[in-house]
Amino acid sequence: MSEEIIVRLQERFAGVTPRESLDWPALNCPVEQWPVLAAALKDEFAYTFLADVTAVDWNEASPRFTVVYHLFSVQKHVYLRVAVDCPDDGEPEVTSVSGLWPTADWHERETYDMFGIRFRGHPDLKRILMWEDYPYFPLRKEFPLAGWETDLPDREVAAATGAKVIGAPMMGGPFVAPHEGPMSEREPRGGDETWTEKNPKPKE
Amino acid sequence: MAREATEVSYGDVVSRVGRGEEELSTDRMTLSMGPSHPSTHGVLRLILDLDGERVTRCEPVVGYLHRGDEKIAENMTYNQFVPYTDRLDYLAPLANNAAYAIAVEKLADLEVPPRCQAIRVLVSEMSRVSAHLMGLGAYALDMGAMTVFLYTFTEREKLYTLFEELTGARFTTSYTRIGGVARDLPEGWLGKVEKFCDQFLPVVDECSNLLTRNRIFVDRTEGIGVISKEDAIGYGLTGPNLRASGVALDLRKDCPYSGYENYEFDVPVGTKGDCYDRYLVRIEEIRQSVRIIRQVVKSMPDGSWYAEDAKKIFAPPKDKIMTSMEELIQNFMIVTQGPQMPAGEVYFEAENPKGALGFYIVSRGGGVPYRLKIRSPSFCNLSILPKVTPGCLIGDVVSLLGSLDFVMGECDR
Repeated sequence: MSEEIIVRLQERFAGVTPRESLDWPALNCPVEQWPVLAAALKDEFAYTFLADVTAVDWNEASPRFTVVYHLFSVQKHVYLRVAVDCPDDGEPEVTSVSGLWPTADWHERETYDMFGIRFRGHPDLKRILMWEDYPYFPLRKEFPLAGWETDLPDREVAAATGAKVIGAPMMGGPFVAPHEGPMSEREPRGGDETWTEKNPKPKE
Repeated sequence: MAREATEVSYGDVVSRVGRGEEELSTDRMTLSMGPSHPSTHGVLRLILDLDGERVTRCEPVVGYLHRGDEKIAENMTYNQFVPYTDRLDYLAPLANNAAYAIAVEKLADLEVPPRCQAIRVLVSEMSRVSAHLMGLGAYALDMGAMTVFLYTFTEREKLYTLFEELTGARFTTSYTRIGGVARDLPEGWLGKVEKFCDQFLPVVDECSNLLTRNRIFVDRTEGIGVISKEDAIGYGLTGPNLRASGVALDLRKDCPYSGYENYEFDVPVGTKGDCYDRYLVRIEEIRQSVRIIRQVVKSMPDGSWYAEDAKKIFAPPKDKIMTSMEELIQNFMIVTQGPQMPAGEVYFEAENPKGALGFYIVSRGGGVPYRLKIRSPSFCNLSILPKVTPGCLIGDVVSLLGSLDFVMGECDR
């Protein structure tokens, strides 16, 4: 039953291929066919509910960015996953579907904000979670967990104080322990416990 | 002390306008509401263009509570992320815990035992009750009915005492694990839950008596912020907000998970989709949740509360780790490398108090997700604001926000 929809779609759209999935039916769609396929899915296949839009950064692979849509059929209660690869790794772009599903407006803004993928035809594509002048795309794989130093969103405050948005302090944090060197150095520790075999505790 | 007071009477103004002496002109202005405003329930900011008191345009600004949960998830093992799910919808952490665990188990193709499923249903429904109590109380407070807030908070406090007994924490529960829950139910706890239900339903009725036919409350909510069926679906609304618009979509019924198909409950659906309907749907959902809680308590299966055969996924109990070599190694592997997952993609949505909370997980194998996307219901529910607020009075915006019942921790992630 789950594959039936894929077969039917493949008959209509030549470029559509099935995609590996552990749960719901999933398919890959070429970027140029996506607007037509999206309209057909909404109007003819009754996927009236767009549950989610997001993207995956495959880092070193090409195509690097894949935009992933999760559609839901309100009548049949089944999901469908559609993945659209962005052909250009440097300036990824996909056609917006905010005209079909208004909810895509915010989802696409978030995807742009986090990955830098542009959505052609979006009414107002701007950042949503980060501030407008933020220079990076945080969910790209090269962006470090701690973040990079940037200017404050408020220029007046930045000019008056000289303050910057600095990377998060990672040492002692829960995620990071380097994998080389003696264990006493690898272990994240608090500031007053950094005595190691090479850096002994000072005598009082 | 005698001072001539010139009284400005509205009657005067009206009569003068009636005689055509003076046009009542309105001014246009832009008003920034929030991010710290009592009715925006957190750090939501609305940029409102006003014509007099009427809203002509509304632009929500979100992201003030963005903590990069999805980035964090890519940098830690599956179990380590459980505490972060507490902080999504922090009014129903147990429901988030359960939703996340079920999503990862779907990826692992792991079946958890019936007792574990029942425990998760029980805690999800209890957190739905507590989240709706909070939403209801705060909504009534926004509408000027302060008493209800005191009543609902008292009841919510009792629930939090039960949560504390179960998980050790009131808010940040972190109760589920991949393949089970952190610990079994304490002895006699189910009896306390039942006792809570017994005394709780009359309080719900009392709150409903205070509001449902309250003239002020009805005036401020009926016919305000009407969301049509088509808009609700188009803008991706879920949960009580969607059902208030007349769409009978409840994932507990339509895509049952964790054994919801074994329990009897009704899905309340609104007719008009206004603020009043959203209130009615929520108060009925509380009653239905209590119905489910009673059934779970009555039918709580015995047996294991974690997946015993999932050696690579669920850490063994502490007493076994201390005494058995094999369990010690198993625990060590899970703690240092994370539960081992197959490569693949899954998407799972759970019916949470605010709506459908979804997790899209891309795994390349190993103990850390390659990509984890959180589909947050509050984010989608708020995206309809630019559509429904134009034409409202500014007081109605407060009513509308309260009725949408969002949580910014979940919206911004």
